[in-house]
Amino acid sequence: MTEILFKAINTPNLTSIDVYEQTLDGYQSLKKAFEKKPEEMVELVKASGLRGRGGAGFPTGLKWSFLAKDVFPRYLACNADESEPGTCKDRELIMKNPHLLIEGMILCSYACQIETGYLYMRGEFWEYEELMDKAIDDAYAKGYLGKNIMGTGFNLDLYTHMGAGAYICGEESALLTSLEGYRGEPRLKPPFPAVEGLYGKPTIVNNVETLCAIPFITRNGPEAYSAIGTEKSKGTKLVSVSGHVNKPGNYEIPLGTPTIDLIEKYAGGIRNGNKLKAFIPGGSSVPMLPASKADTPYDYESLMEAGTMLGSGALIVIDDTANVVTEALGLAHFYMHESCGKCTPCREGTRWMYQILTDINNKQGKPEQVELLSDICDNMSFKCFCPLGDAAVAPVISSIKYFPEDYEELIGSMKTAQPVGTP
Amino acid sequence: MFAFNDTSETRIKKIMAKYPEDRKVSALLPLLTLAQAQEGYVTPEAMVEIGQRLDVSPAYVESVCTFYTMYYTKPVGKYVVKFCINISCHLNGCDNLMEYAEKKLGIKEGETTPDKKFTLLKEECLAACTEAPVMQVNNKYHVNMTPEKIDQVLGSYK
Ligand SMILES: Cc1cc2nc3c(=O)[nH]c(=O)nc-3n(C[C@H](O)[C@H](O)[C@H](O)COP(=O)(O)O)c2cc1C
Ligand code: SF4
Repeated sequence: MTEILFKAINTPNLTSIDVYEQTLDGYQSLKKAFEKKPEEMVELVKASGLRGRGGAGFPTGLKWSFLAKDVFPRYLACNADESEPGTCKDRELIMKNPHLLIEGMILCSYACQIETGYLYMRGEFWEYEELMDKAIDDAYAKGYLGKNIMGTGFNLDLYTHMGAGAYICGEESALLTSLEGYRGEPRLKPPFPAVEGLYGKPTIVNNVETLCAIPFITRNGPEAYSAIGTEKSKGTKLVSVSGHVNKPGNYEIPLGTPTIDLIEKYAGGIRNGNKLKAFIPGGSSVPMLPASKADTPYDYESLMEAGTMLGSGALIVIDDTANVVTEALGLAHFYMHESCGKCTPCREGTRWMYQILTDINNKQGKPEQVELLSDICDNMSFKCFCPLGDAAVAPVISSIKYFPEDYEELIGSMKTAQPVGTP
Repeated sequence: MFAFNDTSETRIKKIMAKYPEDRKVSALLPLLTLAQAQEGYVTPEAMVEIGQRLDVSPAYVESVCTFYTMYYTKPVGKYVVKFCINISCHLNGCDNLMEYAEKKLGIKEGETTPDKKFTLLKEECLAACTEAPVMQVNNKYHVNMTPEKIDQVLGSYK
């Protein structure tokens, strides 16, 4: 087993800085980093092939190199909003190994010449605010944070900032808007945060898991990281396996592991001896796939080729006792609830989808409504202001594509369906 | 009238120090959270007070406050019980749990018990999907829920 992020994660009291230092050589990577110039650190992360683990999979080193030149101050905003349905890996990292994250935030800040960083946690992580505050205080007391860190002249302050319940605040520009004290609505990109982010200043937004990989890369070199995984999907990934499995859990896998192994070997197979029907590989915002595609290697390219995405790394497993329309309805409710209302296709489209799916799920649907659903999906795809609109479409359109029989079960035959608009 | 108590005032000093001086509106969510912790919900008076401290209008405070689902603008019970209803919890039978809790407390989703002790809410994904079904009571996690566990947990809140 390759363990980078979850190494020794269940050590008792790992949240204590002393235990972290003893067990994991905690904070030792800082010395290595400070021997290098900041630009060299950026190159190192580029060479590792690390890609963002928050959902978009953007190469981390490349993002860091996009910071507006010579504009200061710069900010770091670590994204711990973790609200993508199915996803709970960042929570486990934070609650069990907060110092790994702080170490990663320090390394990123050094590489990017940042002197102030915020950890934006979703409000429901209320229990972990105190934990993180204490961990940050302890890191100050040891001289890993504050002024002139380890005699290098590098200064860094880190602060926690709690959200208050809004999925959209996980989107990076909405996160920054929220951190500034506004309603958490997305902003137009470009400019990207690396150019104009928090308070109009260059800002790095990275996911918790992304930053937690930086200490390993710094300590062991980029080759040690890029040796793991596939040609284009480097390193390990935490996958939250949930739903109809015997042993749901967060598992760390080398990228490229077959999805079926995650379900069978890691998560102990399907519950109650049932059969796998469908799976959503990357959190609720990516298309679901039927069981026949379960041998797809779990990496960015292979999942893309299979017509879906790796997303946030949340594998939701659905067995043959479920009707996927009911699950699609639940997700339609979620996106309707979480649409920020800024743009029309998303605000209205999510509501329509919810209403139609409710009818169908209550066995009051008509065959034409499935076409209408597809039509709404078409009118939303790539036409919304931010990716939430596309996300809302993914579970619905994929359920229609792969499981028409589930719709038929609720509606009756769909053969009679008339194209929308015909009298 | 609303006034922050001494514990809150100590926290506020720390909170204000997190943000640049000319960006104190960043403290809006943390202050709303404090006000709610003090009063149980965000009162109109608290919005006025927070607006004054951050140099923004009460209407602005309200517009931000109502965007975020964790703020209540009406009184709620002493304990707010939330059940996640999203996909991983749904696949693990959260519907039955919600029904069980409704029967047990004698209220429907969104309501508060007459003794003002419990408010029952549905919640979207709480990010503990591998331990579904998930419940929170006043933002504290309770995982792998069963009807027996609901009895036990709710019984422990006096
Ligand atoms: C609607 C929406 C919700 C998102 N939620 C999260 C989230 O909860 N956590 C996260 O890290 N990224 C989330 N993202 C992705 C962020 O916008 C951003 O890409 C990411 O934080 C960048 O960090 P990374 O490069 O390290 O992945 C979300 C994106 C969208 C469009
Ligand atoms: S797509 Fe939805 S969430 Fe995004 S800006 Fe438009 S309304 Fe808001």
